[in-house]
Amino acid sequence: MTLELRHLSQRVGAAVHIQDVSLTLQRGTINVLLGPTLSGKTTLMRLMAGLDKPSEGHILIDGRDVTGLSVRKRSVAMVYQQFINYPAFTVYDNIAAPLRTKRLSKQEIDNRVGRAAELLRLSPYLDKTPLQLSGGQQQRTAIARAIVRDADLVLLDEPLANLDYKQREELRIELPRIFEKTGAVFVYATTEATEALMLGGNTATLCEGRITQFGATTDVYRNPVDRTTAQTFSDPPMNFVRAIVNGPRLTIVADQSDRAKSMVECRSPAAFSRLADGSYTIGFRAHHTALEPRPGYDVAVHGVIAVSELMGSESFLHADVGSERWIALIPGVHDRKPGDPVTLFLDPSRFFAFDQAQRLVAAAAARVPA
Amino acid sequence: MSRIELVDLAHSYLTKPSPTSHWALKTMNMTWEQGGAYALLGPSGCGKTTLLNAISGLVIPSHGKILFDGTDVAKISTEQRNIAQVFQFPVVYDTMTVAENLAFPLINRGVRGDLIAQRVSEVAKMLDLGRDLARKARGLTADMKQKISLGRGLVRSDVGAILFDEPLTVIDPHLKWHLRAQLKRVHDESDVTMIYVTHDQTEALTFADKVVVMLDGAVVQIGTPQQLFEKPAHTFVGYFIGSPGMNVLPADLAGDHVMVRGHRIDLAHGYAPRPMNDKIEIGVRPEFLRLASRHEGFPVTVARVEDVGRARIMRCAIDGVAVSALISEDVAIPSDGVRLVADPAHVHVYADSHVVD
Amino acid sequence: MTKTLDNKAWLLVLPVVILVAFNAILPLMTVINYSLQDTFGNNHFSWNGVQWYAELLDPATEFGGRFFGALGRSIAYSLVILAIEVPVGIMVAIAMPKRGVALSVCLVLMALPLLVPWNVVGIIWQLYARDNIGLFGWSITALGIPFNYTNSAVASWIVVVLMDVWHWTSLIALLCFAGLKSIPAAFYQAAKIDGASRWAVFRRIELPKLQRVLLIGVLLRFMDSFMVYTEPFVVTGGGPGNYTTFLSIDLVKIALGQFDLGKAGAMSIVYTLIVLIVCWLFYTVMVGRDREEGSA
Repeated sequence: MTLELRHLSQRVGAAVHIQDVSLTLQRGTINVLLGPTLSGKTTLMRLMAGLDKPSEGHILIDGRDVTGLSVRKRSVAMVYQQFINYPAFTVYDNIAAPLRTKRLSKQEIDNRVGRAAELLRLSPYLDKTPLQLSGGQQQRTAIARAIVRDADLVLLDEPLANLDYKQREELRIELPRIFEKTGAVFVYATTEATEALMLGGNTATLCEGRITQFGATTDVYRNPVDRTTAQTFSDPPMNFVRAIVNGPRLTIVADQSDRAKSMVECRSPAAFSRLADGSYTIGFRAHHTALEPRPGYDVAVHGVIAVSELMGSESFLHADVGSERWIALIPGVHDRKPGDPVTLFLDPSRFFAFDQAQRLVAAAAARVPA
Repeated sequence: MSRIELVDLAHSYLTKPSPTSHWALKTMNMTWEQGGAYALLGPSGCGKTTLLNAISGLVIPSHGKILFDGTDVAKISTEQRNIAQVFQFPVVYDTMTVAENLAFPLINRGVRGDLIAQRVSEVAKMLDLGRDLARKARGLTADMKQKISLGRGLVRSDVGAILFDEPLTVIDPHLKWHLRAQLKRVHDESDVTMIYVTHDQTEALTFADKVVVMLDGAVVQIGTPQQLFEKPAHTFVGYFIGSPGMNVLPADLAGDHVMVRGHRIDLAHGYAPRPMNDKIEIGVRPEFLRLASRHEGFPVTVARVEDVGRARIMRCAIDGVAVSALISEDVAIPSDGVRLVADPAHVHVYADSHVVD
Repeated sequence: MTKTLDNKAWLLVLPVVILVAFNAILPLMTVINYSLQDTFGNNHFSWNGVQWYAELLDPATEFGGRFFGALGRSIAYSLVILAIEVPVGIMVAIAMPKRGVALSVCLVLMALPLLVPWNVVGIIWQLYARDNIGLFGWSITALGIPFNYTNSAVASWIVVVLMDVWHWTSLIALLCFAGLKSIPAAFYQAAKIDGASRWAVFRRIELPKLQRVLLIGVLLRFMDSFMVYTEPFVVTGGGPGNYTTFLSIDLVKIALGQFDLGKAGAMSIVYTLIVLIVCWLFYTVMVGRDREEGSA
């Protein structure tokens, strides 16, 4: 099936929760809604499910208008951040619950529950009750219940947020494969860029109730349409600085608070060749920095260390460059003291350029080799 | 300012525990130096929160001593210990302003008015709360509320240790970066011992000078982030720290190399033979595996490649044994005949899950 | 197609609409009708305009004086019982055991007065407070303090107030208990660490978190006590004199005792309006608070 949202808006009183959202989601795909808290992810999911009626716009399933049709008449399953299971039922009965109302034969229920449990690695725990299980297993049970009845639309609202880091990591790896095996439209809300990347599929970035971009996840990551999207889809946050394009030359301008400026001139990257001369915002990601010059990384920018975080294998150096705060992700352990001067080397071919309206006008060259 | 020592500390939630019954904390001895930044890291149910609560006085341990600067405080109440705590969900006094919130612990202790005002403005400056002092605490964002919780601890001059119980759980990813950096700076400036409980390795490693990794109520390794990354003392530490975790492969030890499914992997130095019934494994992190030319390393079959932006995770197998390798975004992965080679300096040998030197 | 499906749902509301029409709208129309007429019995009515309302709202007239007297007593009664029940209810809620068998026993005991029918409550206290055979009245008299609620205004008020406190304090206590239960443990732990006194914990944590349930509790108790009829009527019949004649009791006296349907009608309408206005005030305050919290 396809789920189509046409110019959907949701207002409560004067507050706009969702603003003019249009999206088309295909069967068998996983679609990530990526955005910070209160960006409208949950509201949008409630509209998709039919739990709320939109103030404006239409929702179409396979071309049929279902706006206003109650959730009971749609084929929707939902998984929440909290682990919601029937505490008195066994895992088996929890998974089987949505099938019981469908008048299926005992044999059929058994088969389907068996398959779902297999997929989510719950087979050894079918006779236990949810409270005897770990958080990860409880959430697996809830996911199994959501997929067992072959719903057309499965909505997952930050399903891993309450899990341990490692349990999260394991489920993140497994989920795309679980989704592939069922034919539903999956919608997955998260605040974490890493999660979107690991799930793959498509991503829609949300900001203040608006979809800023929708496309293949890696494509959105590598070609974010504007600064907000780039920021939402970067963890650590993307670094920004003002720059002036003048023919083949690019001048990075680190504005100081006292109106002094430090300027660094370098060659303009190939991607910038079509840009008109003028002032732009340059963005680049934390891992596209180096502490020593190396091939490509030949633009030196000076800053002052604010904090250094040492991860054991790599270091996050927070540096103040002019009035901007940058985060540099550098392999290895580099303990720099706050206040120390630091020189960061950048690779201009990794730069994104945003115009005055903060729209992307040139992206870093995609260089994933075949 | 406190140095905290745990002496034979153990705890069970049962009223009359026997040595064989379930212990939430197994007997442990540890010293935390004054002014240090420590993290307790482990999966849920590993006992890290129980340990934190024993230190704060919310749990009275069944056994052992907790020494603050040499004085046993295991049996005295929370308010009599010189500690403060920041909880998972922000706790602020809704009806009071930010300034009143910060002043609250001092007012309760009968501190003089001018001293209170001075301390509050100092702490507000440290936490960038200066502009919001007059606002009501109700209606603030989660990260602001967490800063206020932290501020209520910092404001007391008698506080020796501040305990953090997964304080960033409800904070958005972007704000986490700011809050973590700020916390780190506050620690540098304040000389207070800080103990931070989390299941998130990024938070633990970035925050702490020393990380205590816990599993099933016991400490499996204490070390600097670098030690935990480079030489995990236990296969669990290797698995739990790092994303993806360390590859643990069953191996046969043969002096200066091991054989994994008939393929040779070199070690940094020679190892003495181990007893017959030891379970021998090697551990090598995905970061220390790289694509190899036809003449070195071992062949793998690639199951899939995950693009995580700054790198790709290559999930593969050596004759059925799963191995992950981290490949930088600039390196091409050949379509067939993929071989990997491990950096011998970072291949560790484990006997029954414990590292062998 | 979806439209017709949705419209059918309205049929489900029909019974309620009919019910409300019969037991609220029709009687209200009748009362308004009465309030604008005068009657001399035998179903003879004559048009009287707003005469009854004019008299009612003018304290100088006999009818107006009587109305304002009863209104004053009703308001005083509500304020007195709220002033007792709210603090006592909060204290009981805080003192209640937090879990285990003791909690269950406590809950059952506290629910008991709530289950007693109103007229039975009246009869219980009518007997309990008598100075000759009632344990309460007799005990006080035995202490040398004259206590006869049939001829002393003070004694009659003490009885009707105590009766309401006995009957309804549990309601406030149970509401508060539920409110207290919803406060996360971390708040108490943080307060401990901050060195807060018991009073500060109450003032800074418990009371702010209880505001919502308290507002609901006060609203319920105000409405109930402002419209109280059965219990004081059974105990004192409105006496001695008119000392415990509250609005509702006076209304019945006028309507059924004197059969002054016009006056009674006018009084009912004003009475209803007062109740509605107070309800609306509470509602506004509550919604306002929610909005303030919603912006959090």
